[in-house]
Amino acid sequence: MNREEVRQAVVDILEDIAPDEDVSSIKDDISLREQMDLDSMDFLDIVMELRKRFNIEVPESDYQELVSMASCIKYLQPLLKDRQLAS
Amino acid sequence: MKYDVIVVGSGLSGLAAGIRLAMFDKRVVIVEKHTVVGGLNSYYTRKNRTIDVGLHAMTNYAPKGARSTPLGKLLKQLRLSHDDFRLHEQEMSAIRFPDKCLHFTNDFELFKQEISEQFPDQIDGFMGLVKKIESYDELSLFTSEWTSSQDILKSYISNPILIDMLFCPLMYYGNASERDMDFYQFVIMFKSIFIEGFAKPLGGMTYILNLLVDKYKNLGGELRMDSEVESITSKNGIFKGVNLVGGDQLTADVLISSMGRVETLKCCNPPLELDWEDSGSTGQVSFMESLFALDQEPKNLGYPNSIVFFCTENQFRYEVPAELIDVSSGVLCCPNNFKYPENLSEGMIRLTNLASFRLWNTLSRREYIDAKKEWRAKALENLFTFFPDFRDSVVFLDSFTPKTIYKYTGHLNGAVYGSSKKAKDGTTPIRNLFICGTDQGFLGIVGATLSGISMANLHVLQSKSAQNR
Repeated sequence: MNREEVRQAVVDILEDIAPDEDVSSIKDDISLREQMDLDSMDFLDIVMELRKRFNIEVPESDYQELVSMASCIKYLQPLLKDRQLAS
Repeated sequence: MKYDVIVVGSGLSGLAAGIRLAMFDKRVVIVEKHTVVGGLNSYYTRKNRTIDVGLHAMTNYAPKGARSTPLGKLLKQLRLSHDDFRLHEQEMSAIRFPDKCLHFTNDFELFKQEISEQFPDQIDGFMGLVKKIESYDELSLFTSEWTSSQDILKSYISNPILIDMLFCPLMYYGNASERDMDFYQFVIMFKSIFIEGFAKPLGGMTYILNLLVDKYKNLGGELRMDSEVESITSKNGIFKGVNLVGGDQLTADVLISSMGRVETLKCCNPPLELDWEDSGSTGQVSFMESLFALDQEPKNLGYPNSIVFFCTENQFRYEVPAELIDVSSGVLCCPNNFKYPENLSEGMIRLTNLASFRLWNTLSRREYIDAKKEWRAKALENLFTFFPDFRDSVVFLDSFTPKTIYKYTGHLNGAVYGSSKKAKDGTTPIRNLFICGTDQGFLGIVGATLSGISMANLHVLQSKSAQNR
């Protein structure tokens, strides 16, 4: 996956866990919590979806890496570089 | 077959826990002893009418898009949209005491205004209380010291009638203790009723339960009806499996039980030593409820409100009555008086009074049937000292008692709000055996559902040991 595909993978997850939210306007540098009203339950869902879809384990100590879209991409890209985005 | 998780009970908390687990590919089975789902919020059918058991109204109403409210969290976690619940807001509700009446809607400002008009010398104290409530973290899963709400209210409000009027709806809709309330429960109920408010789903509990069952099954969850747990087996204090009545044995890594804490611990094999704290905290509060189907809309009979919490005496007593029921206070619900797109097919009024399980349980079958009629008549007589008589318009009636609730749900004493001592983090003396539902601490339809979600998240999805399985 390239950078853009990793971003798309995260957008897909956010779209699933927040069906009423417009995910097309997410700004990469602002915290997701702030933009989308996400709480700790939602972050659990992001982590669970990463496990379910890509078999990636995000330990609790790394949850802070998921704070914004930019930091998500930075954290996930090395883990996803050999993976394909599911169609 | 070995499961990741067995969930006991297909009420709202059990179904919600099941949905969360199935969503993340856990092998999960829900076992239910009854032939109908729903537990304390179920439904039954009599003479072609489908009647909700628990539901008067759903508390915690929040509009679409209010994502950080309890309802918003529930919808997100179950991945349902607000429209799926088909909620319709209340018209107006009331708290009626002999000399005072306070109205409230889903707009909290109206309630503040009512208090400032009816109790002008108390409004500053009331606003101080509201400030404390708004800044309180009532959803914490960590147990804190029991805090008396009576004491806290007295420190803000000096008029005992206003204190009783505030307690009346909050206790009737969710207090497992007699006379007083743990303050965090008071905060949960205050927010869910006065600040958030009431709504009803079109189609009632049948609709909501079917929605959740479909969601659960579509995610691959298994639901076994008519499957009562006979015993819960453990070895060296670690949960192993359950034996069902009829002989089936199921094993799993984790058990989440909504049967009630004491009810669950009593099923354990080898047996557990229950200390006083466990057995002494068995819930006592239960109700008798009568339903009256009418030949016209309640509005036409002088019942314009959605829900009325009333007390016909100056002092409100929330305790197990010394007689079969206490007719001096109660709740009146008019399911018709919600903002539905069109009128419901039939008018209905529901009347709820506090009742004593112990006394109902001593009656023989014949006495029981007679007592239901007699006490229903007494409750109505007292009601009509305050409200218009609707007896001539009744086309069908039915009543249920604490005994009925015990029979169908298995909750000891028919205690609809469970134990007075909540297990907020859901843990028990047995490892991998957890409690959800009324005894975990969140109440009401939204609360029960969040309870199942929280326990599944905390003890299975987030759990370190679960990840390594």
